[in-house]
This record gives sequence, C-alpha cells and structure tokens, in this order.
Amino acid sequence: MSLELAANDGVAPTGAGLASSPLALRGMTVSYGQKPVVFSVDMTIAEGAMTAIIGPNGAGKSTLLKAALGIVSPLAGQVTVFGKPLAAERHRIAYVPQRASVDWDFPTRVIDVVLMGLYRELGLLQRIRGQHRDKAMACLERVGMAGFAERQIGQLSGGQQQRVFLARALAQEADLYLLDEPFAGVDAATEKAIIDVLKSLKDEGKTVVAVHHDLATVAEYFDRVFLVNTRKMAEGTVAEAFSAENLDRTYGGRLATGQIDQLDLVAG
Amino acid sequence: MTGAEFVPLSLTPLLIGVFAAVACALPGNFLVLRRQALIGDAISHVVLPGIVVAFLVTGVVAAVPMLLGAAAAAVVAVVMIEAIRRLGNIEPGAAMGLTFTTLFAAGVLLLEQSDTSGVHLDVEHALYGNLESLIWLDAMGWESLFDPVALAELPVELFRVAAALVGVSGFLWVCWRPLVVSTFDEGFAQTMGMRTNVIGMALVIVAAIAAVAAFDAVGSIIVIAMFICPPAAARLMTNRLSTQIAWSVGFAVLSAVLGYILAGYGPLWIGFDNAVSAAGMIATVSGVILALTALWGPCRKRLGAPAV
Amino acid sequence: MLWDALTLGLGYNATLVTIGAALLGVAAGVTGTFLYLRKRALVSDAISHATLPGVALAFIVMVLLGGDGRSLPALLLGAAVSSWIGLMCVNWLTARTRLAEDAAIGAVLSVFFGFGIVLLTVIQTMNAGRAAGLEGFLLGSTAGMLFNDAVVIAVGGAVTLALVFVLRRPMGLVAFDPEFSAASGVNVGRVDLAIMGLALAVTVVGLKVVGLVLIVAMLIIPPVTARFWTDRTDHMAMISGLCGGLAAWVGAALSATAPALPTGPIIVLTSFAIFVVSLLLAPERGMLAVGLHHRRFQRRVHMRQGLLALAQGQPIYERFTLKLLRRAGLAHADGVATEDGKARAAKALRDEKRWELVRADQAFESAAVQYDGLREIETVLTVDQIAEIDRRMGGPTGVMP
Repeated sequence: MSLELAANDGVAPTGAGLASSPLALRGMTVSYGQKPVVFSVDMTIAEGAMTAIIGPNGAGKSTLLKAALGIVSPLAGQVTVFGKPLAAERHRIAYVPQRASVDWDFPTRVIDVVLMGLYRELGLLQRIRGQHRDKAMACLERVGMAGFAERQIGQLSGGQQQRVFLARALAQEADLYLLDEPFAGVDAATEKAIIDVLKSLKDEGKTVVAVHHDLATVAEYFDRVFLVNTRKMAEGTVAEAFSAENLDRTYGGRLATGQIDQLDLVAG
Repeated sequence: MTGAEFVPLSLTPLLIGVFAAVACALPGNFLVLRRQALIGDAISHVVLPGIVVAFLVTGVVAAVPMLLGAAAAAVVAVVMIEAIRRLGNIEPGAAMGLTFTTLFAAGVLLLEQSDTSGVHLDVEHALYGNLESLIWLDAMGWESLFDPVALAELPVELFRVAAALVGVSGFLWVCWRPLVVSTFDEGFAQTMGMRTNVIGMALVIVAAIAAVAAFDAVGSIIVIAMFICPPAAARLMTNRLSTQIAWSVGFAVLSAVLGYILAGYGPLWIGFDNAVSAAGMIATVSGVILALTALWGPCRKRLGAPAV
Repeated sequence: MLWDALTLGLGYNATLVTIGAALLGVAAGVTGTFLYLRKRALVSDAISHATLPGVALAFIVMVLLGGDGRSLPALLLGAAVSSWIGLMCVNWLTARTRLAEDAAIGAVLSVFFGFGIVLLTVIQTMNAGRAAGLEGFLLGSTAGMLFNDAVVIAVGGAVTLALVFVLRRPMGLVAFDPEFSAASGVNVGRVDLAIMGLALAVTVVGLKVVGLVLIVAMLIIPPVTARFWTDRTDHMAMISGLCGGLAAWVGAALSATAPALPTGPIIVLTSFAIFVVSLLLAPERGMLAVGLHHRRFQRRVHMRQGLLALAQGQPIYERFTLKLLRRAGLAHADGVATEDGKARAAKALRDEKRWELVRADQAFESAAVQYDGLREIETVLTVDQIAEIDRRMGGPTGVMP
C-alpha cells in the first residue's frame, strides 16, 4: 500500500490494539435522511487515556458517540467494546448525555437520578438499601454536589445538572466513560470539578472519551484527540495529532489564524 | 341512607367507578410525563371498532370476545400510529389523529352495516357506559358482604375492573425502574441495555387493557378523563414521582366518588327528580379538580428547561 | 347509481348534502393545513369535543325560553362559544402551568365532553323525545338536512375560505418560522388565534354533517396527504383543500347510493384512502420512493466504503459490502480486488484525496460543505479546478499493486 490517506496520520491501530481497545468503530457510516453525517469512520480508543472528539459544528461528533452506544443505528459499520460486541460489554460503559437532551422538569430529585446509575445492579425489584444510598452519596460527593441530594433537579443550574449526570455515570462503576459535550454551557467551577473527576478516573486506569468543543483546553485536559468532520481527519496523541495543519483540514480553514496561534500547538 | 339501600344500589357502582378511575390514572401518570397523554384518547376511540368487529366475528354480545376485540383494536391503533409516523415521516399528533378518526369512522360504518338491532350495542353505551345499572340486587345490606350466595351475584364488571387494576398496579410495580429511566432519559436507558421501545409499547398495551376493562363498565369518557386529569392535577401538586402517583390515585378516587354522588343525588338536591350521567359527572369533577390545582397547586409552574 | 350520485343526479336532498359536504371538505382541508404546519393538529380534537356542552346549553336555553330548541344557527352559536372557551383553557393550561399541550388538550376534551354528556342527560329528563336531534352532533346526520341547514353550512364554509385567503400570508409565515415572523413584526399569538379560530369555525359548521369526532379527521387527514405532494405552503393548502373537497364529494355521493352508508364515516374513509395512496406512491416522499432511494443509498455507501478499503489494503469487514463488490465484479470472494476493482478503488482513493484538499482550502468552501463521503467530486468542481487540485497533490497518484 503506497498511498495512505492523510486521515491515518498518527498511530495506526495494530491488530492487538484493536482487539483489546475499550471502544473500536470500523467503517461507521450514519445518515439522517439522505446525507451521511459520519462517513466510513474508523476509531480505536486507547485504553486508560483521555480522548477528546473534536470537530466543527455538525461534523458528526455526537452522532459518532451515539452510534458507538447503539442509540442511533448505523447504515454501515461495526462496534466492538473491549474486543467484544457492544451488547456483551454494555455494563462496562457509562454514558453522560448532553444536558439538553432530557426534560429537567421531570418530577425527581438529584439522589434519585444518581441512583439510576445503580439500576442495572439493582435489577427490577431489589430494594434500595443504605449501601446503595451511600454509594450514590459518595458519587455526588465526588462531583461536589452532596449538599444537593434532596433538591428537585429542575432547581439546579446548568453546571450542577451536568455534575449530577456525571455522578450518575460514576455510580455505574464502568471502565469506559463516554461524555457528550460535558463542558458545554457550564460555569468555571463545574468545569474544574468535572475535569478533576475525569482525571481521577484516568488515574484509576479507566478510559474517558468526551465530545469537546473548546480547542483552547484540549491540550490541558486530554491525552489524545480524534478529529472528525464527516470523515476521520486525524487521530493520535495531542502531541502528534493536535496540530495546526490537522485543525486546518478538519475545520476547512474556518478557524482564524489568531485562534490557532493561541492554542500553543506542537509544530504541524 | 341505610346499608340495605346503599349496598345493593350504590356500593358496586361506586367500587367499579373507583377501580376503573384508578386503573386508568396509574398508567396515565407515565403517559402524561411522556407527552403521550392523547394515546388514551386514541385508545378509547378505537375501542368502538374493536367491539363491533368482535361482534361481527363471533355473532354474540359476550364480554370476553368484545374485550379481546377492543384490546386488539387498541394494539392495531398503536402500531398504525407508529407505522404512519415513521413511514410517512409525519408528526406524532397528526398521525394519531389520522389513525383514531379513521378507525372510529370504520367502527361507525360497521355498526350501521351490521344487523345489531335488538342487541345492546350502540355508540351511546360506548360513550356513557352504564355505571348506574351495575347494581347488586342480591345484597340485603352490609351483612351480604359475608354471604357467599349474595357475593356470587356481584356484577361481573366489578371483577373485571378489579383484575385490570391489579394487573396495572403489578406492571407499574415490576417495571417501575425501566419506566422511570426510559421516560426521563431515553438515550441513557438504551445504554443500560433497556429496550426502550418495548417498554413504551408495554405501557401503551397496559393502558389499553385498563381502558378496555373500564370502558365496558363506565364508558369511554371516564377513560379519557381519568388517563389525563388526575395525573395532570397531581403533577401540579408535587415534584416527586411517587408522591405524584399517590396524589393521582387520590384525585381519581375523589372524582369517582364525588362524581357518582353528584350525578345520583345532586339533581335531587336542586329540585330535579332524575339523576344525570354518572360517567359525565365523574369527568366533570376531575376537570374541576384539575382547574383548582392549575390555579392554586403548589407546583404548578415549570422548574427546569424542557428537552430540545 | 354512483355515477348519478357523483353528478348530482340523485335528487334534491342528496345534491344538497353533496355540495354542502364538498364545500366543507375544501374549507376544512385548507384550514387544517395551517393547523398541521403549526404542529397543533390535535387541538382540533379539543375544539370539536368542547362544542358539546355549548350545543346542549343552547338547546336548554331555547327550550326554557319556550322554543323547540332545534334552531341550527343557535345551536352552532352555542357550540362556537363553548369550544372557544375550551380553546382558551388549552392555551391557558399550556402557558400558565407546567402541563404540556397534549395533556391540556386531553383534559379539555374529556372534561368538556363529559360535562356535555351530563347536560344531554339533563335534556333527556327535561322533556323526553325532544332532544333526539342532538345525538346527531356526535356522529353527524345528513338524512334530515334542510335547505336552511345547507345554507348555513355553505355560507359558513365560504366565509371561512375567504378569511383563510385574506390571512394566508401571515398564517403561512407563522407556520413556517414563528421566530422570524415575530422578529419582523407579526403578532404570532394573534395569528395563532386566527388559525385556531378558523379551525373552530370549520368544526362548528361541520358538526351537523359529520359529527364532532369525524370533523377532526377532515381537518387532519387532507393536510397530511397534501404534505406528500409538495414542499410549498400555498401549494399544500390548495392540494389539501382539493383532497378534502374530493373526499367529501365522493364520500357524500357514495353514501347517497345506499341507506346504510352514513355520510360522515364514508367521507373520512374516502379521505383515508386518498392518504394511503399518497403515502405509498407519492414521488419523493412516498414510501415506495423513499424505500427505493434508501436501498440505493445504502448500496452506494457500502460500495464506496468497500472501494476505499480495497484501495488502502484493509480487510472488508461487512459481508454485505463484499457481496456488493463481488456482484459488481470488483472483488473476489476472499476480499481481494480484481483488476477492475483495483482501478475503481484507485479512482475512489484519488477522489477522496482530492476532497481532502478541497475541504482544507477555504477557497473551495462552497464545494467543501457538499462533502458527505458519497458525492462525486466532478459534480461540484469544474475540470479546471480538479486539474488545479491534482497539480497541488503533486506527482502521479494511484495505487501501486
């Protein structure tokens, strides 16, 4: 093979890496109507790392995540989770959806939302006991929301809602955390709280993947990036792949030069 | 009023009204939260073609085939709504309206075409039910509650709505967690491995069973009103789902009891000598309760932003 | 016989019903279009059920005043008043409480209808027998339609249509983009009320013909049908009116041919038949067209992905992809490309490479946004532009075996 697509810059997945990767997509194509939002994307997430999925608006970032989780059904493509089909390893995934995707007027309290993360463990009828409540409280503690346990969810600010969603994911005790725009529209304190939790997850050896929109914080928060704009544009460590050239290709020259300069990028 | 009067004439209609109201209000809580309140409306309209077809197929007016026919019609309607919505890419409300009006029209046409003269099968009965006529003639007073001979003559509708109530309660009890999670956050529920479309369908089928059992005894007006009004009023009283369910049961019982009493005795109090429709009055009372909670309910205002 | 009915040859009464129904069908179809476009189709359900207490109260008032209670204009006036109150209740519940519109609609329709039933039983006890005509409002009855009734319906339908014509621009604007209309000075709330008011007028006028359940169908089914045939609001209103009028005309004529064919249900079922035909066969939006299109689309996706995989020497994971490639003679059963396949794969890869450059260059932005993985580059760029791209790519590009 002599002509490599530029999209395969960075580390090409090896056979072994693919088999054990926490999340691998192959040839993923998803369309809404008659236009693919994501076309033939291969993605191999590195274990124990924090990966940011980056791309312009409408580039298919969230769609990619939803396809990986089986929430939207792809036109073509396969998903493996820890080397096995998605259905077999679902319990090892925790998902934090976009905050705006649910009705925050739903009649429930913060603690009840976090307990939802334990429902797989609890099954249909097992009673919620002290130990479950303690676990949920510990998760709320981790995101700094323990004082809000009895609050009605509609009374929370956007950042607090996001933290509750993260606490629910923590309660799932997963190995792979998928987050859809966790920093969108949150206050600075929440952003700090969330990134601290994500970094502690990484320290525990968990894998974190987040759809991210703020290029300025990529290098600070993440180890690896996955650049997507309908196609995979680049993939690799921040040092390798988060380059001005790759960003330029991903955003189609729509980023202002000044913007890129400020990012303190490694040489393209 | 003495037990000798109350037990044979009013006890069973009251119980049937209460059971039917609660059996509809319980799944109604989830229908209202899922923005599917009008599924109840659609179901109660398609019950008519269901019982007509059942009559045409079996040739007899018997409860069991008609209940089956009505339940089947409800399922057909739900599948048809979903199919039209997806295949035609049509907004859910319009798909629903299109489906139930068409099926209702088919029901009316079949009714006119078939020879149902001499058979008690008419649109009016479908609408009003016959709550007032479900009396317990063998009862002599409270002591009849312990008399096996008298108990054997209890109207069969009572057992039917009671069974529906038990079934609905059991379903909510067992499926509480999947129902809550898939109602609140469907995407998250799917990542937990829950089949959210199966859960949604099960809820609608359970609602249809409640509707059909209640419909037979009390008519379709109460069914629609009880699916929506008590849960909606309860939503304006509290911000916790379990408390909301409790309120909705309370409101349903109150509507049924008060509505029955007002229909039976209200006109007498103001000098008329005939009772009015109990089914209509129960629906009216539930509407008054909703109006009161909408004006003064402690949790009548939105708190959080709706889903986009 | 049917032909006679369709051509108004079945006598005075049948002719009256057919013309009246067709007028009503047109008015309902046109009005319903705006209701549907505002995504409030089911508000018509609340409106129609809320007419019942008004009809009953009007009847009671007339009897108490010494009349016989069956004057159609007075009953319709009562219907209009009570359904307007019902409509206001829906709006109030939605705006002032946390309840969503569907719950508000359901609550209003069931409670108003329940209260209407209470009043109907009051009427029955007031004076047995005299209320017989009122049941016709539930399911409609054209059998005893008098000339005066037909005039009421014709005039009501014509006035509604005229009002729709006058208000078509603001209503279309609000239905299409409420925020833009508000920004450009249109009072969205008032236009919405006008849409609802017109739907209410159609409902009230149609009560006598098809009854309060089935008038909902006349407001909903024609617009849904019309949506399959056009993307333009004005065309949609016209097609919808046409479908509504046609269904009503044919339905009324059919029902005139036999005694056991009630007008309302036949009209609704005719309307539904037109809908089903549109759902299946409409070009572009019909099921058949969409299904075929989707199949072709899926094949294109798999083919393209397969070619790119071949070009990059990657294995083909999906059996469907391989099947397509084999059938096209581009690959062998073991996933190895044929000569033909190699050439096509090289072309696919070169195009992909060209797209890469196009998408990275802001000068090509208008072309770049059309990228979806499938679009042929030749369809968005000129030969010269492609040559320019190829020059930038540098060197001969292709796959060496």
